[in-house]
Amino acid sequence: MRAPSSELPIVFDAVTVTAGPVTILDNIALTLAPGAPTVLIGPNGSGKSTLLRVAMGLLAPSRGRITWGGLENVPPLKRAIVFQRPAMLRRSAAANIRFAMRAAGIPRAEHARRTGELLALVGLGPLADRAARRLSGGEQQRLALARALARDPAVLFLDEPTASLDPPATKAVEDIIRAVSHRNIKVVMATHDLGEARRLAGDVVMLHRGRIVETAAAASFFDTPQTAEAKTFLAGELLV
Amino acid sequence: MPTDATALQLVLNGDPALFAIVRLSLYVSLSAVMLAALIGIPLGAVIALTKFPGRQGVIILLNALMGLPPVVVGLAVYLALSRSGPLGSFGLLFTAGAMIIAQTVLVTPIIAALTRQTIEDLWIEYRDELTAMNLGPFGRVTALIWDARFSLVTALLAGFGRAAAEVGAIIIVGGNIEGFTRTMTTAIALETSKGDLPLAVGLGLVLIAIVIAVNALAWTARRAGERLAG
Amino acid sequence: MNLLTRRLIIAATASLAFAGHAAAQDKSIVVASTTSTQDSGLFSHILPMFKAKTGIDVKVVAQGTGQALDTARRGDADVVFVHAKPAEEKFLSEGFGVKRYPVMYNDFVLIGPKADPAGIKSSKDIVAALGAIKAKGADFISRGDKSGTHQAEINLWKVAGVDIGKDKGPWYKEIGQGMGAALNTASASNAYVLADRGTWLSFKNRGDLVIAVEGDKRLFNQYGVMLVNPEKHANVKKDLGQQFIDWLVSAEGQKAIAEYKINGEQLFYPNANDSGA
Repeated sequence: MRAPSSELPIVFDAVTVTAGPVTILDNIALTLAPGAPTVLIGPNGSGKSTLLRVAMGLLAPSRGRITWGGLENVPPLKRAIVFQRPAMLRRSAAANIRFAMRAAGIPRAEHARRTGELLALVGLGPLADRAARRLSGGEQQRLALARALARDPAVLFLDEPTASLDPPATKAVEDIIRAVSHRNIKVVMATHDLGEARRLAGDVVMLHRGRIVETAAAASFFDTPQTAEAKTFLAGELLV
Repeated sequence: MPTDATALQLVLNGDPALFAIVRLSLYVSLSAVMLAALIGIPLGAVIALTKFPGRQGVIILLNALMGLPPVVVGLAVYLALSRSGPLGSFGLLFTAGAMIIAQTVLVTPIIAALTRQTIEDLWIEYRDELTAMNLGPFGRVTALIWDARFSLVTALLAGFGRAAAEVGAIIIVGGNIEGFTRTMTTAIALETSKGDLPLAVGLGLVLIAIVIAVNALAWTARRAGERLAG
Repeated sequence: MNLLTRRLIIAATASLAFAGHAAAQDKSIVVASTTSTQDSGLFSHILPMFKAKTGIDVKVVAQGTGQALDTARRGDADVVFVHAKPAEEKFLSEGFGVKRYPVMYNDFVLIGPKADPAGIKSSKDIVAALGAIKAKGADFISRGDKSGTHQAEINLWKVAGVDIGKDKGPWYKEIGQGMGAALNTASASNAYVLADRGTWLSFKNRGDLVIAVEGDKRLFNQYGVMLVNPEKHANVKKDLGQQFIDWLVSAEGQKAIAEYKINGEQLFYPNANDSGA
């Protein structure tokens, strides 16, 4: 269990991200506060990944600003991100985790113990010495989660973590996410799977064409969507 | 070496002069590859990962230097190491050290250019993860070099092939002195010029066999490593 | 630092140390000589004797005469041992050498194809033979590398009344390489070539080549040895170098030179006593 940290709240203040003539995020105003997971939903291309990257600090806004705990330009020491297709280093699963710990400055004396704990948490204990590149898709995703948690983050970003996984692997990952959230780590996750959003969300943020269309607590959002776009999307129709 | 023996007879009899020549060839070329790797791998990795003005020009130049003519390198190193030259006081001309220096000059661009390409490709794959882990430049360079280690072995083998095969540089800076700076390739050149072509061809086959053996060793090591680490 | 990096660094340091040690040679000298002398095999015969007597390693760098003298001028050799008296005397007059000692002579032979297109076989007159070659336009290979042999060849053309620089035709091929390469080329193209007897006797790729002309006094080839001037280059090992020179012209060294034979034939005739040589 960790104490609430100074990383939060993450505040987007009129954040716009452009790439050449194309606007990817348009005037985003958003606050990510401690508590239950925040789930970003929306059709492909709506800007979910980009928003996560800005929140992580990988991408700077073209206009507007973003603050972590009230401060700008905070290095990502207490934040971690898991990508949809995580890159595995060419070494064993355990070595991948140790690498992440070294990078995060975790003292060497603690590596062995924490690696064991993390592997157990994500259910990869027996595969500790297997070459990471030879793990299955689901196992690699779980390893990426362990790697991210190795940094002892206050905030964990997840970009469509189960998009390429089969149902058993999806369930395994979702269980881990729930466990993580219960340890007081703020989870911010993007998904296009409405079912998953329902299962995990505390708050929902819906994006469409780079804009926030609606935000609400999960129950309100799913039961009584306010906007036309949200209604269309929840009805399972294509939102163009 | 007895001049009326064939190369095969020399090998089977364990002719000491032949073995001294083989030992020297391996010593010079392997040393050059190791030095070139110490310089070229970090250099290639840094160029791959850093943006700086003129970067494209540097990459073009590095690739072009892979084709440095050995005889030109030999001449340049000779002029540098000559007693009348800037580095003459080291007394390195006509020694194995001069040959190592010349071959290092030849091999470093190959290793650097191949490293640069390998690391650049790998960076595209790892960029997000390594940036998200907040790694500094030194951390990125070492992580990528270690991850690319198997591809880099191939780059080293390319460098070794170049070094073991060339004669133009080492014959100028080494002087092909019997017992001191005579290697396989310079011995082949000498026997050819003496008209003993069968011996020259035989030595050539011995040289090829050795190069194949080195490659086989490196490949086996690579396969074993891959089996362990994926 | 991982194991591979550690190993690389150890190996690099070791190899540099080794190279450095090799550079700090104890008892050895560098002798700049010519490829034809090396190819004749003379050094393999006499140098072990010198080493057994004095413990000095003689490292022979075999180049063309021009390059050998240049190496000596640069101070990269301690002793220079070539066979081009005018060039050697120029070297002395420029102050790069201490004193020239005549050592030995061998002779050149004109080599040609058995079929003898110029009709000169068994002639004893080299000048007439060269004239015939030019007249008939028979293929001739020249070393073209400013070596002692090349300079001797040019002089012989001059004596035959030919300014070969101006009067050469497509039958005259300059290859810019050493004696062995010239013989290889002549063998492959059935051409005439001027060679020193030593290289010819050791040469194994003769094809259809035989000796066409020999014995003419104008074909004699004198060798001289000089110590590189230590006043020009302080690194010259003048004591060891002088020991080598003294041995070459001593009774023992001269005997060793005379005893060197290929197929029972003597190659070099010692004449250190001939002060005019």
